[in-house]
Amino acid sequence: MPNAPPLSIFRRMSAGTVHRSSITPVVNGEPKAMAAGSTVADLLCELGLDPRLVVVEHNRTILRDRTTYAAQPLASGDTIEIVHFVGGG
Amino acid sequence: MTTVVAPALDSPLVIGGREFHSRLLVGTGKYATNDDMTRAIEASGAEIVTVAVRRVNLQRSNDEGILHHLDPSRYFLLANTAGCYTADDAVRYARLGRAAGFNEWVKLEVIGDPQTLLPDTTGLLDATRTLAADGFKVLAYTNDDLITALRLEDAGAACVMPLASPIGSGLGLLNPFSIRTIKSRLTVPVIVDAGVGTASDACVTMEQGVDGILMNTALAAAADPVRMATAMRLAVEAGRLAYLAGRMPRREIAVPSSPTAGMLE
Repeated sequence: MPNAPPLSIFRRMSAGTVHRSSITPVVNGEPKAMAAGSTVADLLCELGLDPRLVVVEHNRTILRDRTTYAAQPLASGDTIEIVHFVGGG
Repeated sequence: MTTVVAPALDSPLVIGGREFHSRLLVGTGKYATNDDMTRAIEASGAEIVTVAVRRVNLQRSNDEGILHHLDPSRYFLLANTAGCYTADDAVRYARLGRAAGFNEWVKLEVIGDPQTLLPDTTGLLDATRTLAADGFKVLAYTNDDLITALRLEDAGAACVMPLASPIGSGLGLLNPFSIRTIKSRLTVPVIVDAGVGTASDACVTMEQGVDGILMNTALAAAADPVRMATAMRLAVEAGRLAYLAGRMPRREIAVPSSPTAGMLE
């Protein structure tokens, strides 16, 4: 799988706020600096999360197929929600 | 450990085409420790166990997820939409729960008021329609109102879950008449959800003829959750059997149990 980020990632970034080789998606409400070209799989790996135990929503779209995580590139300004099951009634 | 009423004495609980042998459903919230929770759930004999969907806390260790403590091959996990105040939010949470990959069931809550946690029945009906059309088995938490219950069934709910009393209140069954009415008019199973505080509440609730009870705080907030879970298992079975057995009529005069004939002169 080629990991090169699409050019749109660079165009979307506002000059001067983010290093050219990094991106800042918003993960669970907090900006997270990542290397450009990072995917959802990279994000989970970096956070130490087991993909089988979480659910990922990318820009309000739920990623139902975990096998697509490695092919799902992230960009600055993307909204990522990572949820899991907790105790509840 | 868990006993189940002998098949000859009761039939299975069928929800959405799936059979269950325990009529007690339990939540996983508010336990003092995860060990208390797992032992209480085991003692309850429950097969269906509810869980909530929340953000992973990225600041802390990832040990807080319930799947670290509950075996999903042993229990039927039922994701809830607790904390949702709109139909859209509830639909979003339901779909996130489904994406966890266990089943297409949801315990649907659309809350209308933070103080009473009573349902927003308009939002609840909207979300039920959307989710049922999307293939979900919807178990809808609602109030003890017959008309809403009938509309939920029409909207495609697989199970209607009227409250005994407000969530977490432990006030017991406040309106047995409404619950009996709902049960008598619906085709889908009726499971009383919320408000049961102790074993006698569970028994009286089951004696109304409902198909089951879902509870959380009654176990989690008991001084000894394992003992209370055992008591609830027995109470649900006792109440169910008493309902099936058919109680004697009430009389406001005494009727002797021993023969009146044959007394000494």
